Amino acid sequence: MGRIVLENVTKKFGDLEVIPPLNLTIEDGEFVVFVGPSGCGKSTLLRLIAGLEEVTSGRILIDGEDVTNIPPSKRGLAMVFQTYALYPHMSVRKNIAFPLRMAGMNEAEQNTRIEAAATALNLTDYLDRKPGQLSGGQRQRVAIGRAIVRDPTAFLFDEPLSNLDAALRVGMRLEISEMHKKLKTTMIYVTHDQVEAMTMADKIVVLQSGRVEQVGSPLDLYREPRNAFVAGFIGSPKMNFIDGEKAGTLGAHTIGVRPEHVQICPKGEGDVWQGKVGVAEHLGSDTFIHVHGIDGCDPMTVRAGGEVKINHGDTVYLSAQMDQIHKFDSEGHRVS
Amino acid sequence: MAIVAETNRFSKTSRTVLAWLVGLLFFFPIFWMILTSFKTDAVAVKPEFLFSFTPTLDNYINMTENYDYWRFAANSVITSVFATIFTLVVGIPSAYAMAFNPSRRTKDVLMWMLSTKMLPAAAVLYPMTFLTKNFLGIFDTHFLLILVLSLINLPIVVWMLFTYFKEIPREIIEAGKMDGVSTWGEVREILIPLAWGGIASTALLCFIFCWNEAYWTVRLTTTEAATLSKLIEGNRAPEGLFFGRLSAVSAAAVGPIIVLGWFCQKQLVQGLTFGAVK
Ligand SMILES: Nc1ncnc2c1ncn2[C@@H]1O[C@H](COP(=O)(O)OP(=O)(O)O)[C@@H](O)[C@H]1O
Ligand SMILES: [Mg+2]
Repeated sequence: MGRIVLENVTKKFGDLEVIPPLNLTIEDGEFVVFVGPSGCGKSTLLRLIAGLEEVTSGRILIDGEDVTNIPPSKRGLAMVFQTYALYPHMSVRKNIAFPLRMAGMNEAEQNTRIEAAATALNLTDYLDRKPGQLSGGQRQRVAIGRAIVRDPTAFLFDEPLSNLDAALRVGMRLEISEMHKKLKTTMIYVTHDQVEAMTMADKIVVLQSGRVEQVGSPLDLYREPRNAFVAGFIGSPKMNFIDGEKAGTLGAHTIGVRPEHVQICPKGEGDVWQGKVGVAEHLGSDTFIHVHGIDGCDPMTVRAGGEVKINHGDTVYLSAQMDQIHKFDSEGHRVS
Repeated sequence: MAIVAETNRFSKTSRTVLAWLVGLLFFFPIFWMILTSFKTDAVAVKPEFLFSFTPTLDNYINMTENYDYWRFAANSVITSVFATIFTLVVGIPSAYAMAFNPSRRTKDVLMWMLSTKMLPAAAVLYPMTFLTKNFLGIFDTHFLLILVLSLINLPIVVWMLFTYFKEIPREIIEAGKMDGVSTWGEVREILIPLAWGGIASTALLCFIFCWNEAYWTVRLTTTEAATLSKLIEGNRAPEGLFFGRLSAVSAAAVGPIIVLGWFCQKQLVQGLTFGAVK
């Protein structure tokens, strides 16, 4: 079991309120991602759940039990840190065994669990090495190993992949997702990378300045962002926002349209905008075209499938899928 | 290129020469003292016999046979060792708490501790002597010396340990907390192994400070707990009559600490530079 409930949780550092009153429920077995820009309070929130920071007010419940004043070691949670936080003076085996030894488990049982974790994480050959002799990816596996052997109620990850290179990051992302499918244990995962959030999460919690902007499945957030902040944060490349006259005619202060919902079309065939091509990014599978000179939105990004023959300075005509246009009022709230 | 290399070589040589000169300047008094310790008191005061004399071990024999050198040495060892242990036992938890669970006042506490070092010792000489002698009855005991030496060194020891502990990433301690380690376990399993070098340097320095302390060890003892500092003091004659004897006593007092320092040079440098030299 691992149902975590936050009730009116707040956190202040001195006079700085990092988390204003916040309510959130994380269901048992869910993969929840906290996503938001750097400094928005994601780590603080995770650390409050872990017990590494004390709440200023409010309650935290794990499986119905109030753990607000219970120390981290008694909450039954395991954490994986961005910096790995392995014990540098212990071998990999000792690192993984540490929580078991602290729990007073007998040695035979310890070894069974270590072997199982090492096999699952491809660490069997490295058990006798020190963390200093491992690559970043291997260190992160050890950190994950140290977390899974304990069989925790929930896993907490704080940007665990940020220190890895891009290729490794994609691989580890998949591994963590697979681990979740297999273990079915609650996981809370903090990241500033919306791609990680979209690809891994059952449920995404978008945070800004400690406030929950929206909670929902990745596709809910993609399809119906509650406000302009979420709309701009989720999706890559970023949604195009258009102010001014065009938005006004649709009864909104600002309208938003994702690059994949804008097309290049021949002149006079439903074109809404006209502009000049700036940079075109050719990825092979897609082409991202940045179009300049459009009223209220400069540049507008267009995602064209496959390879597109286009040059800097070309004039293009753009149309949008009108049913995919998001409307926002002057405060950035969604209007429907 | 050539010119640059030239200058470098020149400055390197001159730096070496300068370093040796400064080194010799500092070492000369000790060298002179060691030489003097092998002279008779009569020869010792005559400058013309600086290098030309017949070495004698009389001073050392006299010192061990008539002046109870070994008892003073034993007292020095006992007080320094126990004071160091006591200081660490108090200092490690204090520095740990300040490094990993700082409160708003932690910086002030650290400054305050250091400021206690600014009180002139002479200012409390009378109360210290009076209270310990007439009131507490602990004058001239090992207990008193250990207590005083510990308290004198505690501020610097806490500062040093604090600096070393600060270098340990906070996440490692937090990982320990998540892994279910108790506070004592945290200190024993994580903190001490990770800060071992720093703790050793601190202990060594503390031991040296205790060994060398002279103000209180001389004034708070008579015979029972008297240390080597007291032995030197006791052999000091203002007229300079017993230079040979005094030198032998002094050499025998600083000898152990110089040998210790020599063997632990690396640790000491690390300790004095707060780990800046790795
Ligand atoms: N121990 C602390 N003392 C004071 N301010 C802190 C502390 N920890 C975090 N903060 C502040 O809280 C805010 C949120 O930090 P954090 O939760 O680390 O953000 P994120 O993980 O989303 O990047 C930041 O403005 C940060 O400066
Ligand atoms: Mg963070």
